[in-house]
Amino acid sequence: MNGPRLAAAEEPLVRWDWVGDHTDDITELFWEHVTLTVVAVGIGFALSMVLALVAVRWRWTYEPLAGVCSVLYAIPSLALFGILVSIPFFGLGFRTAEVALVGYTLLILLRNIVAGLDGVPDPVRAAADGMGYEPWRRMLRVDLPLATPAIVAGLRIATVTTVGLVTVTALVGEGGFGDLINDGLSRDFSTPIVVGTVLSVALAIAFDVLFVLAERLLTPWSRAGRTGRRPQGATP
Amino acid sequence: MTESLRQMWEYLQSDAAWSGRNGLPSLAWAHVKVSLLAVVLAGLVAVPAGIVLGHVRRGALVAVSVVNIGRAVPSFAILALLLPFSLRYGFGLGFWPTIVALVLLAIPPIFTNTYTGVRDVPDEAVEAARGMGMRAGELVRRVEVPVAVPLIVTGLRVSTVQVLATATLGALVGYRNLGTPIVTGFTSPDKGPMLAGALAVALLDLATDGLFAVAARVLVPWRRPPRRDADATVAVEQITRVVTT
Repeated sequence: MNGPRLAAAEEPLVRWDWVGDHTDDITELFWEHVTLTVVAVGIGFALSMVLALVAVRWRWTYEPLAGVCSVLYAIPSLALFGILVSIPFFGLGFRTAEVALVGYTLLILLRNIVAGLDGVPDPVRAAADGMGYEPWRRMLRVDLPLATPAIVAGLRIATVTTVGLVTVTALVGEGGFGDLINDGLSRDFSTPIVVGTVLSVALAIAFDVLFVLAERLLTPWSRAGRTGRRPQGATP
Repeated sequence: MTESLRQMWEYLQSDAAWSGRNGLPSLAWAHVKVSLLAVVLAGLVAVPAGIVLGHVRRGALVAVSVVNIGRAVPSFAILALLLPFSLRYGFGLGFWPTIVALVLLAIPPIFTNTYTGVRDVPDEAVEAARGMGMRAGELVRRVEVPVAVPLIVTGLRVSTVQVLATATLGALVGYRNLGTPIVTGFTSPDKGPMLAGALAVALLDLATDGLFAVAARVLVPWRRPPRRDADATVAVEQITRVVTT
């Protein structure tokens, strides 16, 4: 018991020389983390957009759809990995990681897209109809743009959550910065754990800021007539 | 899949699955024990804090920050970070890093929901209570907290479900629970214990969620419990508020 404790006490929390020696690996893991996140949120967004349009068009489908997504959301990630890994098609690797990551984005995105579309004022819809917009064009040109703030809020939560979950997918062999954490854990070496954590949190914040900026570009009307008093990006 | 299912079936029929410290009952008990303890400890911190801040109606920024930070810092990372400290200060592997990580994970949902619930008690109700001569303590005890109970229960529910899910990761820092067969299963050809453990965790989690739904109905008979996504909606609203105000 004394041996490892003594050794651990002499070891600094972060060994900067290790970080310097591994910048190439860290860059590679950065891209892996970004790829896993972007692919998961991208597919999740496309899927939940379809689900949301179905749910808005045929109202009765909303509760069952949200119910399925909630159950998916409630399954612990490690358990989901366990189930997927035992299916040969998925196994250890990218497919298992992505299926789980996509699954966890659906509930958040579906709820927010539907909430955003529901929030479009009826008079606005009626005006658009009166101007002769066909249903699908009204959706594209009126409803979706007005729902943008709620949709972006959902994307922000989904993305930040996914960045965090990617650290866990390291266990199925695809983990970005999670690989560093996992590596540190298995060797009882704190430097990669600290570096992996800090970079993962920094990546989450960076994505969040990007979304805030994107929203400002996408909804120029929300700034018109409202000068000042807008916090510069609500970073977590 | 069929092969894995067959292996699970064989495993479930063996003695190893049901007895000893590696059996499912013992693993499940360790899982539930650490999770319950974490939620209780988190509740002892977060509920009073949420009530006080909600009562004085200050601290919106704290509430939003707690949620956002909680979301951005992966619990796997917290768990991993705690391990070197735990070893350095002699707390060892397993239980201590796991429970600390779980408490930290459980605090944000309980705190935010309690805070929002107490803060958003309708002004008329607060005014009426004051008009009846209630002091601050009475107001909190007899009006604000009872009105906030549905949201407090939602916070506990979200936390408990997350904690049960995340406790699984404790297996990685040597806390033996239902996550242990999952983690060993990744590299083992016998997928039986892994699949059994994974299904057990998933069922435990879904069952707990359902139990809370029932409890919410029983505890708050005067009002239908909030929908299961109440917390998500609250968080979304807060974020939207921060972005758009």
